[in-house]
Amino acid sequence: MNSKKIASYGLFIALAFIFSYIESLIPIPFPVPGIKLGLANLVVIIAIYGIGLKEAFVLSMVRILLVGFTFRDPSTLIFSFAGGLLSWLTMAIFKKLKLFSMVGVSILGGIAHNIGQIIVAIMYVNNTSLIYYLPLLMISGVVSGTLIGILGALILKRLNKFLD
Amino acid sequence: MKKNDLFLIGGIIVFVFVAFLLLLIFRTEGSKVLITIDGKEHKTFNINEDTTYNILLDNGEWNILEIKDGYVKMLDASCPDKLCVKHNKIRYNTESITCLPNGVDIRVIGGEESDLDAIAK
Repeated sequence: MNSKKIASYGLFIALAFIFSYIESLIPIPFPVPGIKLGLANLVVIIAIYGIGLKEAFVLSMVRILLVGFTFRDPSTLIFSFAGGLLSWLTMAIFKKLKLFSMVGVSILGGIAHNIGQIIVAIMYVNNTSLIYYLPLLMISGVVSGTLIGILGALILKRLNKFLD
Repeated sequence: MKKNDLFLIGGIIVFVFVAFLLLLIFRTEGSKVLITIDGKEHKTFNINEDTTYNILLDNGEWNILEIKDGYVKMLDASCPDKLCVKHNKIRYNTESITCLPNGVDIRVIGGEESDLDAIAK
């Protein structure tokens, strides 16, 4: 690992960490568990396109660990890991398929994140009816995913000359 | 943005619209209220008998549940996010209020089995 790579890891992880904190300060006007902006996902998707899939995976997992032990209860880690893992996997697959731009990939990543969390919640409280939250969460995934995708593309364009 | 992105967004919106419509059409009235703690059955109430019940957990956490006029509602809870308290009141079969931090889940059950469940099986 060269020093430039180490520096960009540090930068990206710090950024994702701070974004998670900012996200926790923004009140969401909907009383539905799982609806959020996904600001941290902005950093992850930029990493996927700007550095690489592997690096984005490490970044995402380190962020979840850090956030889990600082701003959140560590007992929520399993939810974050399930969401983060499925989201990363989905975005990685759809990036390779080249079907969608960053917007489409980010939407699918957001929805996958919610699906991962719902699966864990279903197992946790033993109630399959929680799946009925999915349509609502898909709408929030489309809205936040579109915003994050557009923002990500704009930022990536400006970052590209530093990343290469 | 590619054209495919718009198809994706459109597709998701149509899917969600149809899903909501189906849920609305096939929903049935519930008859019982089941409380589970960490996935294990705790207590069952009749949805038509007004009552207030305090769910006390072994670790000191608590959720207060109210059944009134056929609706179930979480009045208050010790959890940090209070998402369960902000949740709309529920009355239809399979609707639920979940308090993830406390591991408490309240769901409406019973009634006749809805057609959607039959299809799902």
